[in-house]
Amino acid sequence: MENLLVAENIYKQFGNFTALNNVSIAIPRGSIFGLLGPNGAGKTTLLRIINQITMPDKGQVYLDGKPLHPKDIAHIGYLPEERGLYKSMRVGEQALYLARLKGLSKAEAKERLEYWFERLQIEGWWDKKIQELSKGMAQKIQFIITVLHRPKLLIFDEPFSGFDPVNAGLIKNEILQLKEEGATILFSTHRMESVEELCDYMALIHQSNKLLDGKVSEIKRAYKSNTYEVGLESENNTVLLNELKEKFVIGNTNFKSINDDLKLTIQLNNGETPNQLLDYLIGKARINHFVEVIPSVNDIFIKTVTQNA
Amino acid sequence: MRNLKLIIQREYLARVRNKTFIIMTFLSPLILVGMFALIAYLSMLNSSEQRIIGLYDETKMFASEFKDQEQVQYLDLSGKTFEEAKKMVNEQEYYGLIYIPENINWDVEGVQFFGKESPGLGTIQAIEKTIADRLTRQELIERGIDVNQLNEAKTEVRIEIQNFSGERTSKMSNYIKMFFGGAAGYLLMMFIIIYGNMVMRSVIEEKTNRIIEIIVSSVKPIQLMMGKVLGTSLAGITQFTIWVLLAGVLAITSFYVLGIDIFTVQKSQLETVEQIAQPEIAQLVMDVINLPILSLVIFFLIYFIGGYFLYSAIYAAIGAAVDSETDTQQFMFPVILPLMLGIYMGFFSVIENPHGSISTIFSMIPLTSPIVMLMRIPFGVPWWELAISVGLLIITNFGVIWLAAKIYRVGILMYGKKASYKELFKWLKY
Repeated sequence: MENLLVAENIYKQFGNFTALNNVSIAIPRGSIFGLLGPNGAGKTTLLRIINQITMPDKGQVYLDGKPLHPKDIAHIGYLPEERGLYKSMRVGEQALYLARLKGLSKAEAKERLEYWFERLQIEGWWDKKIQELSKGMAQKIQFIITVLHRPKLLIFDEPFSGFDPVNAGLIKNEILQLKEEGATILFSTHRMESVEELCDYMALIHQSNKLLDGKVSEIKRAYKSNTYEVGLESENNTVLLNELKEKFVIGNTNFKSINDDLKLTIQLNNGETPNQLLDYLIGKARINHFVEVIPSVNDIFIKTVTQNA
Repeated sequence: MRNLKLIIQREYLARVRNKTFIIMTFLSPLILVGMFALIAYLSMLNSSEQRIIGLYDETKMFASEFKDQEQVQYLDLSGKTFEEAKKMVNEQEYYGLIYIPENINWDVEGVQFFGKESPGLGTIQAIEKTIADRLTRQELIERGIDVNQLNEAKTEVRIEIQNFSGERTSKMSNYIKMFFGGAAGYLLMMFIIIYGNMVMRSVIEEKTNRIIEIIVSSVKPIQLMMGKVLGTSLAGITQFTIWVLLAGVLAITSFYVLGIDIFTVQKSQLETVEQIAQPEIAQLVMDVINLPILSLVIFFLIYFIGGYFLYSAIYAAIGAAVDSETDTQQFMFPVILPLMLGIYMGFFSVIENPHGSISTIFSMIPLTSPIVMLMRIPFGVPWWELAISVGLLIITNFGVIWLAAKIYRVGILMYGKKASYKELFKWLKY
């Protein structure tokens, strides 16, 4: 797997405060990479280093295998968490200005802006001033400006904050579409469900240290505890429950069911397979429900952070 | 470079398109002219007021000495009792009552003035002089000195000042030089403060709008800062140029009204001017024409750019260090102080001695040199002093811009943190 962006052993200190302590991440080409962490973990500092807004004290960032160069700005699109626009400038004028700062020619920028304005159905906004627009509307403009120069790497810092559900959905689809078109996407968030939905890879940063990273599916596999959620119907549920408690670690759970089920989670002992559990249960009860419990990113996040607190 | 040009363009347009800028550019010359007119009108109004001053003279010597003038009328009340006279002055709301006691010859301090409010300095001086003159004359006569002979013996001297290249000049022309130099220095200070503030506000605006991070992901912070400073300075130069043009039009029109054709007047043609206009006005016009107006304008631009860059870099750093304009107060004083110092140094020491050591030193120190040097230029400054002053200014500019850029770079990305001087010092090392 080829990586588009690699950050190696990044250190950054502000006075006595360590913002990043030996953090490394690798973002595979064409993937969506989620950077997770509680507020103040150092996510934004890392993003600023990748955008060459701040320089690392130690460490090196590589884009396409080469050390990051100032003109690589043209290959990166960045939507910061703290984002805004000039209040008194007109939408079109402002978008043109920001696009040209990214290196597009005026004609090119104008053509692409027209395409995007049409695509997000905001054609009529060209001559409006930002102060006449709502926050969600302004964010559409910011999104367009971020992607307009067709960067290889797109960086979104908390992209969905401040969007209403309709616009958040719209932007989410646009992000997936950009991925289809070959862009690599790095986004930073503390909203776990968006990672669950979108990300192929993730890294977790907590208190300036990277705690874990890798493919989302592999991390989940590593964090699953061989536990199954089952719904059982038997003649005497109490007897069955006691019998199971002797053999396995049993937990409570709840799920929707039309039957009068005994609802449990069963954690298997080391080396046991789900098939063995099924074999064991078949003789004792009617099995209405049998699902492997896969930890959510949220669970992993909370578990890792509390373990390292 | 391409980005710098884009930023300069945007900043320039943002300033120039601003309604306040347009209004100020065309309205403030009008306001200035209007203000002068108003002052002239008010002082005329003030002096046309009629005052009546009562005179109670026990010696009966002075009644003929106090002659009625345009604004003051004297009323001899010596016929009444003193109490009656006082009562009358009070009831009729006269301006005041002069009381001269009988034994005035031996006790000059016995003269008194009664009035509802304390009289103006000019009025008192006039009264004192009238009484003193009369007494002096009395003394002279008593000592047997002929007053007429004494008056004839008095001489008056008017020094004619001339520089080595033979240009005639006068005391008046020194005032004119001071006026133009002072006006240029003051204007420069106003420009630095106004345009420095514009830079600062624009930095704060970008911070509070949260657009700053979007921009610095495309350009280097120093590029943004310099673009802002340069773009705003172009707006300042635009405004100044418009004002110079307006002043030029105004001057030519007023010369035309006075009957002097500016285009045919040469420095040596004083006679022509004298033939046309009254001698005093002609001298005044010649003094103004003889001023190094061109070099004043050129050096105004040079020092505006130099001084403005110096200060606006500091203003930009302040803007980056704070979250809102209200937080800027603690940093403003050290910025305003050297500007004020320059103005006061200029007004006090340059008038006194334009080429003295204090004036010379302050016209070299970069924080005050733009103002003080401009005030000195009309008096003629050797080229090497100008060279040193401008050179020092340029070198300091590099240093200050470098430091300001460091603070700016850190400050623009800091939100919700109120910076102290200690904090700023730390940022220099990030």
